[in-house]
Amino acid sequence: MTRSVSITLQNTDDARAIVAAILADNPGAAATQFPSMTKIDCQQRLVVKRDSVAQRLGRDWDPQELQLSLITLSGNIDEDDDQFVLAWH
Amino acid sequence: MNIDIKGINLVPRRQTYAHIARRFGEDRPASRYEEATYDVQATANFHYRPLYQPEFEIFDPRRTKIAMSDWYKFRDPRQYYYATYNMARAAQYQVADRNFAAVEDRGMIDAIAPAWRAKIAAYLIPLRHYEWGANMNAQLVADWGFGTQITSAAAFSGADRLGLAQFISRIGLLFDGGTGEALTQGREQWLGAPQWQGLRQAVEDSFVLTDWFETFVAQNLALDGVIHPLVFERFDRAGMAEGTAGLSMLTAFARDWFADHSRWVDATIKTAADESPDNAKLLSAWAGSWIKRAEAAALPLAKHVLGDAGYGDVEAAVGELRRRGRALGLSL
Repeated sequence: MTRSVSITLQNTDDARAIVAAILADNPGAAATQFPSMTKIDCQQRLVVKRDSVAQRLGRDWDPQELQLSLITLSGNIDEDDDQFVLAWH
Repeated sequence: MNIDIKGINLVPRRQTYAHIARRFGEDRPASRYEEATYDVQATANFHYRPLYQPEFEIFDPRRTKIAMSDWYKFRDPRQYYYATYNMARAAQYQVADRNFAAVEDRGMIDAIAPAWRAKIAAYLIPLRHYEWGANMNAQLVADWGFGTQITSAAAFSGADRLGLAQFISRIGLLFDGGTGEALTQGREQWLGAPQWQGLRQAVEDSFVLTDWFETFVAQNLALDGVIHPLVFERFDRAGMAEGTAGLSMLTAFARDWFADHSRWVDATIKTAADESPDNAKLLSAWAGSWIKRAEAAALPLAKHVLGDAGYGDVEAAVGELRRRGRALGLSL
């Protein structure tokens, strides 16, 4: 049985692009709306790609900017300059 | 005592403005950029026509021969609206300001060989007049253009040109110790020195174009596409041997700006060219003739700064620009 990972983001202008990037880059991802936040669940692994978000925002984006919109997450984290990965080891 | 606080989920009755939802085909949240640009400009129920151009309405797509089924296809890849534009430029300004402070602090301008200092005064300071001209053209596009996506971005680019002119002036003031002498001489060069007259004439001719999209292509693709890489990349690099590391720090803002500006210019031209073969033909004709003018204007300037080697630099810059134009769908 695979565990699901999840990430919950505030409904800010920048986070809209992050959510769109996550949904585009992770085929199994599903978004649920809550008051002022969006929770995305995915089986096993979820990746937030720097290029994907930057292209939607129209500007350079550092994966660390994720922290400005992040409310909570579930999963083991692996991050570098190009992506932020959530997966259960 | 137990206080039971219930949470109520308030769902907005609308996610965005009605006209934006109509454009999307559904009511979904729109970004600030989308709300700041889509369908902002009026398209009907105008009051009086411009007295100087009574054949057109105030906003009129007929002011250009470029034809678009939808003038809101020109999405700016940078998605600049007032807030993001100011934040981006403020960040760039801070970096440039620190560079100026560092250069002044270490006296890096004094380290430049005197002969090359005179060259810099000749090739860089008069460019503030070119930038003023570019502002004029940008505001023409903002005024006569159709569709808020283009006109808004054009107005921002106009402000950018004034910023560039101000920075060039600031460099001049560093050179003359704040007296303003460098700026006066720069103006005399722009008005009278032989190496500038080709460019000055090209700029002045661009002022009297009647099709604003041609103005856009002439200024942003052709003239900028030759002059900026020539002056801020090639002349700058040539000066390294003469101790101009400090100057390179001061002109870094211009290189960053050109890369940012070109993203918008390329997207706009590509969108117009992709729309129809007629548009592509028109754009190619404009680009072709204005790139030739830019090349002719750049040659005497390059010769003045780099000698005969300058011709090779202009040729390379023009070749690079034509390649860039072809990637956008133009036949050059």
